Amino acid sequence: MNDLVASIPFLGKRHPAVARWGTLALIILAPILAGYFGRTWIRVLDFALLYMLLALGLNLVVGFAGLLDLGYIAFYAVGAYTWAFLASPHFELHWPIWAILPLGAGFAALAGIILGFPVLRLRGDYLAIVTLGFGEIVRIFLNNLNYPVNITNGPQGINGLDPLVLFGWDLSRTLRLGDFQIHSLYLYYYFFLLCVAGAVILIHRLQISRIGRAWAAMRDDELAAKAIGIDTRAMKLLAFSLGATFGGVAGGLFGAFQGFVSPESFSLMESIAVLTMVVFGGMGNIVGVIVGALALTFLPEILRHVAVPLQQTLFGHVILDPEVLRMLLLALAMIFMMLWKPAGLVPAQARYSRPGLLARERP
Amino acid sequence: MITLLEARGVGKRFGGLTALADVSLTIRQGEVYGLIGPNGAGKTTFFNVLTGAYVPEDGEFVFEGSPLPQGKPHQVVAAGIARTFQNIRLFRELSALENVMCGHHIRTQAGVWGILTQSRQAREEERLTTERAFELLTYVGIERFADTVAKNLSYGDQRRLEIARALATEPRLLALDEPAAGMNATETGRLKSLIEQIRHDGVTVLLIEHDVKLVMGLCDRVAVLDFGKKIAEDVPAVVQQNPAVISAYLGGGKHGH
Repeated sequence: MNDLVASIPFLGKRHPAVARWGTLALIILAPILAGYFGRTWIRVLDFALLYMLLALGLNLVVGFAGLLDLGYIAFYAVGAYTWAFLASPHFELHWPIWAILPLGAGFAALAGIILGFPVLRLRGDYLAIVTLGFGEIVRIFLNNLNYPVNITNGPQGINGLDPLVLFGWDLSRTLRLGDFQIHSLYLYYYFFLLCVAGAVILIHRLQISRIGRAWAAMRDDELAAKAIGIDTRAMKLLAFSLGATFGGVAGGLFGAFQGFVSPESFSLMESIAVLTMVVFGGMGNIVGVIVGALALTFLPEILRHVAVPLQQTLFGHVILDPEVLRMLLLALAMIFMMLWKPAGLVPAQARYSRPGLLARERP
Repeated sequence: MITLLEARGVGKRFGGLTALADVSLTIRQGEVYGLIGPNGAGKTTFFNVLTGAYVPEDGEFVFEGSPLPQGKPHQVVAAGIARTFQNIRLFRELSALENVMCGHHIRTQAGVWGILTQSRQAREEERLTTERAFELLTYVGIERFADTVAKNLSYGDQRRLEIARALATEPRLLALDEPAAGMNATETGRLKSLIEQIRHDGVTVLLIEHDVKLVMGLCDRVAVLDFGKKIAEDVPAVVQQNPAVISAYLGGGKHGH
């Protein structure tokens, strides 16, 4: 955990204790602070956590293993539709979360392997194009699998998804403790937070293991990695399937939280948005990716809240749609990054390139 | 003398170009075996075929009595053959220590589940890998640079690091592709004692080298390749006198192919 803390911006290296406890306090108090500005902002926080899960999963593929994946959102879709099929009035199924989440993760992992096999020999631009195609294929399937047999309900999407229910406790209802009330959005926040924390721990363990090193080796020099005995085929498949697993879990949570899924949510633009979070935050750095996801979820929302009223006062109507503004902002973030922070907001660093850590591990 | 590696009639073509033709040679356990020849003679191709980077059209390799898998580099490493590259290929963004730890990958087994749950076996393996990597850095003499990112190491140290990384795979045969290229006399001298130490510690060495002095002073036996064919194989002193070898190096061509 110490090397995670050390990569927290500004304070991490100089005052690790302040960074650690400060971040922890901020994380716990965040929804309460956000609540002062209205419930919308808690909702934005909830979505930020979902994006963090996605970005963490994609970082496994792009940041750790160096495989450019432009269709990552497909795994999010697999997770979300698994939830929609197994916990909604659509098929009259209402399975418990403990069954659906692992299933969704499993299906996503399987999809990862299915994508992984044909692209094992591809690299760089070619890999990007094929994964982009894969993402679009999944979306188009979801869009059109309502005929002749209605499976996905087509472009209308599926409504009335079951909310998250943990041991009979429904997260979509306001929790009453005597006079004290906790709104559902807070409950989701803390549950998603636990999920993200779990993901961070698992992904960090992977990163510093023999598997994480093999990925890094493959990313730096594939030929040399093979020559020292790394089975690059197996390692690539593993990266694709593990990355997809996190996407699948995030998808399931998204479905439950939103209560509604449609193919529209899984467009190429979403894949690009998640990739931008990873690249902007700092490819291969867990803290960086989290910062990237947080920044690029919040900035467009702030922009939306400022730009729409501003345009109405100035021109009397909205000229630039908020969704267009979001894309514009992502583009600006990329340009900013290329000019001033080419390795991302929190750049990845070789482990053991910090003397303190090395001294601790030295036998 | 026990035979460690035997090449049997190995042939490799690239389109119309014959890079290796019917190359047979035998490397004995515990020796330093040199592979020399003019530029383009097929030395590096031989390495690539041996280590599974290329699949040969003809012939096979027998290592410790069993045939080597072809075109599967990681299985060749698992069998006990490690290599370095003529143009150094380190994992540039990783620290020296991590580079060596990567080399130990093939000798560890921890799976995804063990790693995610931090099982005792996985943690023990990781501890051993770290310890072993430090030992190897000390062995090649660059322990003080353990935390330096590989791309920032000096040229000579990068060569040493690459050897340490190869040794981390626990090879029985270490194949070095021009390890002295670009080194000055002092560095070459230190490299020579390192290779002697490696041999002394029980690892057989296969060496491609241009530095004639190094080859003659270090190798027990030498094979000479020219235009993909083996034209000589013997102790260095004898090979040096071989007219075909002299002709190949001086580009005479009169002695006839």
